Amino acid sequence: MNAKSPVLCRIGHVDDIPREGARIVRLDTIDIAVFRTRDGGIFALENRCPHRGGPLSEGIVHGNAVTCPLHNWVIDLATGQATGADSGCVRTARVEVGPDGVLALDLASLPLSAAA
Amino acid sequence: MKERLIVIGNGMATGRVLETLTESAPGRYDVTVFGAEPRGNYNRILLSPVLSGEKSFAEIVTHPANWYAEHGFRFHAGRRVTAIDRDERTVACADGLVASYDRLVIANGSLPIRLAIPGRDLPGVVTYRDLDDVEAMLAASRHGGRAVVIGGGLLGLEAAAGLAAQGMAVTVLHLAPTLMERQLDQAAGFLLQQEMERRDIRIVTRANTHEITGVDHVTGVRLDDGRSFPADLVVMAIGIRPNTELARDAALEVNRGIVVDDGMATSDPAILAVGECVEHRGICHGLVAPIFEMARVVGLRLAGEPAAYVPAQVSTKLKVTGVDLFSAGDFSDASARQEILLRDAARNIYRRVIVEDDRVVGAVLYGETGDGGWYLDLIRNRTSVAAMRDTLIYGRVAALNGPADPLAAVASLPDDAEICGCNGVCKGRIVDTVRAQHLSSLEDVRAHTKASASCGSCTGLVEQLLSATLGDAFQAKKTQPMCGCTDLGHGDVRRLIVARELKSIPAVMQALDWRSSGGCAKCRPAINYYLIATWPGEAEDDSQSRFINERVHANIQKDGTYSVVPRMWGGLTNAAELRAIADVVDKFAIPSVKVTGGQRIDLLGVDKEDLPAVWADLNRAGLVSGHAYAKGLRTVKTCVGSEWCRFGTQDSTGLGVKLEKALWGSWTPAKVKLGVSGCPRNCAEATCKDFGVVCVESGYDLHLGGAAGLEVKQTELLCHVATEAEAIEFAMATIQLYREQGYYLERMHKWAKRVGMDTIRAQIVDDAPRRAALVARFQHSQTVFQRDPWAERVAGHDAHEFRPLATLPYLEAAE
Ligand code: SRM
Ligand SMILES: Cc1cc2nc3c(=O)[nH]c(=O)nc-3n(C[C@H](O)[C@H](O)[C@H](O)COP(=O)(O)OP(=O)(O)OC[C@H]3O[C@@H](n4cnc5c(N)ncnc54)[C@H](O)[C@@H]3O)c2cc1C
Ligand code: SF4
Ligand code: FES
Repeated sequence: MNAKSPVLCRIGHVDDIPREGARIVRLDTIDIAVFRTRDGGIFALENRCPHRGGPLSEGIVHGNAVTCPLHNWVIDLATGQATGADSGCVRTARVEVGPDGVLALDLASLPLSAAA
Repeated sequence: MKERLIVIGNGMATGRVLETLTESAPGRYDVTVFGAEPRGNYNRILLSPVLSGEKSFAEIVTHPANWYAEHGFRFHAGRRVTAIDRDERTVACADGLVASYDRLVIANGSLPIRLAIPGRDLPGVVTYRDLDDVEAMLAASRHGGRAVVIGGGLLGLEAAAGLAAQGMAVTVLHLAPTLMERQLDQAAGFLLQQEMERRDIRIVTRANTHEITGVDHVTGVRLDDGRSFPADLVVMAIGIRPNTELARDAALEVNRGIVVDDGMATSDPAILAVGECVEHRGICHGLVAPIFEMARVVGLRLAGEPAAYVPAQVSTKLKVTGVDLFSAGDFSDASARQEILLRDAARNIYRRVIVEDDRVVGAVLYGETGDGGWYLDLIRNRTSVAAMRDTLIYGRVAALNGPADPLAAVASLPDDAEICGCNGVCKGRIVDTVRAQHLSSLEDVRAHTKASASCGSCTGLVEQLLSATLGDAFQAKKTQPMCGCTDLGHGDVRRLIVARELKSIPAVMQALDWRSSGGCAKCRPAINYYLIATWPGEAEDDSQSRFINERVHANIQKDGTYSVVPRMWGGLTNAAELRAIADVVDKFAIPSVKVTGGQRIDLLGVDKEDLPAVWADLNRAGLVSGHAYAKGLRTVKTCVGSEWCRFGTQDSTGLGVKLEKALWGSWTPAKVKLGVSGCPRNCAEATCKDFGVVCVESGYDLHLGGAAGLEVKQTELLCHVATEAEAIEFAMATIQLYREQGYYLERMHKWAKRVGMDTIRAQIVDDAPRRAALVARFQHSQTVFQRDPWAERVAGHDAHEFRPLATLPYLEAAE
């Protein structure tokens, strides 16, 4: 999946996502959670906690991490890795932020094994 | 026969004399103590926290009345000695009691100075010396109103801050151009004035009081320039003078104070004197540090050991939470002196060190006082600072070029560095005692060394010393920090939010030195709760710092769907509500409908996107959010009560409905559940609820602190009331007290255990004005928070929560 050229698809504007919050982008097979941090960083992860599938988009966002709402695993937004004593990894996706704040999801980066 | 020892006065000096005596020569004397105050001994210097409400009186008692009996001392509380007969070696009280002594100790402290002006004896004019004064001020403050404090020194400012904290509009009239001019230089005095004004305390300097006005109660204060200030309470805090009448009448040598030698003996060798009543080498003292040292000397002398009092340099701190200032030594300008100055406007820091002949002679610190003790040591030991002049002003760590970490810093202090100024305890003594006695907690250190046992401002330092000495063994006992972002515990954070008037999460994190830039999932919800509970309507509720359930007002389920629980007031419902629920279940194909353990109905498995529409339909039938998700009021369970039941004594159902209507919507530290049973058969299980009411023939038994979850706790009886209105009033007051004191996620029974049922009872049951004030604050908060969150979201609030940012048919888009 590494060398794929980006396939950008417009999903909204940064201001549609509250700071320290997340919104989801619904695809037919999975949900992608797009996070916005306090400092304005934008990150995208599959909306499934590696523990028991909790919806990460509903967690509390702090620094560059989110705490899962179901059992409090803390997931690093940049890497998708569970932090601390827990281990597991969420698949990440790539979102481009345009100069005007427009968000575009790179479909080629999506955590899907096959696109067809 | 044992020698008879009499002590006149039962204040801080006496406490220390008796302790020293008990340690050095237990049982040697037949001891009798006379105290004019009708109570045991307490830590006078902590009266200000009692006035401001930060501490209860019980917390500052050092020697309760039964302590004396336990140590074999005879204690006459509330008896004032009126005469000493040196020939007969007796003392006499007004009521005719006469007692004989072989040795006598005079420790009757000092008297507040009252201005000799018209109106000084009007009701409503008080001084600030003992608990009675504090109670008089608190009583006056209950009606709000205006207070004028005459005197902007240490006591006056503490009184002003306390009265302001109790809700009075306070003005301080001060003769000098700047506050605390004897302890602070002008710049620091000015910073202090600004800080007081930020707390809405009005400061008037160069104010020469001319007259106190009023006919049968004080109405105001007039200055000699004609300005006048209305007042319902006037506090005179202009200074003290040694209490010398008794000694003078007994023809002991008296100047300003009772004259004593280095062994604290008066001109009569059978009589010792100690404390604020004495004059030693021409100086009268008004701070506990030298007084405790004198008292130790008296104790040792009485025990037959040689000991001499050597005066040492003392320092001053102001005990107003959130104001950090420190001063020591001499900082008047003199030509041979040089000053070194550091200012940091952004952080409101001011620091001035006065150096003469390479020795520090004075220091004033404002805003950050951690280095105060170090400067004091430099002054006392006359240490040469020639080698560290350039960095002296930055404090000990920089000057000694030592490590920046506070533990390493305290570890690097020399053994004779003073840690506790009040009790003159140095580092070596603490470390040695900790090791020798295997101490492991702050309380142990206080008990064995007295360090941090008086004004408490060195507590942090003592804790650092404990952890430097014990390593990890101490960590476990420290105040539990709120989370990894801070060392402060929940109690500290709450107190500081109030004291520093912090009103937003970033302000809290900035002011309290949070280690992370944006907090974490543990501290943010807690801070958010403290802010909205403390400043309803002022602090903004930060929804991003709330757990998902409280953000979307429904309970998240394991599969990411939600449950919806509408309120059923007191467990009552009707056909229309049930019909609306049935319709919603059909319309949205809700998979599960369940009767909950809280006497209402749970609709489980609702998709998040459907929530606003489900609520809209429920709202239309009059159903509102049941807050089944909230750290707030959950359910009020009731039984059928007198309306139907053959045993019912009161209308338990009706009362439950009224309670639920009064309490719903308020945010609390953890969830709150109520139960109201119509008779002691207790079918509503009221005695395992946070707050329970059990109806009886004569009224209502109110219960507190039950739970039946992770822990099963039976309630304790709070009190009995006669009417429904009282039951509701007491419930509101109790919940408000819990809202103000509970730590986030601390259920009511844990709070009750931590603060003690007695203190809760004292505030809710015994103190009607305080109860009324709690109810008023609760009702004010309800004007902000008693809103149906569902209706708000139906109307469009937080719409983004319930809609995806985008929906992409992936396969098509990918092409
Ligand atoms: C629905 C219900 C069970 C039922 O089907 O009856 C229920 C369901 C949940 N309870 Fe409960 N509790 C329910 C009555 C109780 C009761 C009985 C009662 O209130 O009389 C108790 C014991 C009494 C008590 O609280 O002391 C109870 C003790 C708990 C506890 C343990 C609390 C504790 O301090 O020990 C938790 C865990 C917590 O709050 O952290 C909990 C937590 C929960 C949560 C919120 C778990 C969660 O975080 O998701 C469940 C939410 C399910 C949902 O979405 O509705 N539930 N829960 C009941 C809802 C009552 C209502 O109408 O609001
Ligand atoms: C509000 C307040 C805040 C203070 N803050 C600080 C501070 O932060 N730091 C600090 O170092 N110092 C502080 N002080 C000063 C400190 O409290 C005193 O220096 C200390 O209490 C003096 O001790 P003492 O035993 O000499 O007198 P006291 O503690 O006043 O005790 C004297 C006792 O003798 C009793 N008495 C008087 N006459 C008779 C009689 N004839 N017969 C029987 N009993 C009698 C009095 O009722 C009193 O209880 C503060 C004082 C006050 C009032
Ligand atoms: S407690 Fe039981 S007996 Fe008493 S009123 Fe309620 S239902 Fe009736
Ligand atoms: S599902 Fe995320 S922590 Fe359990």
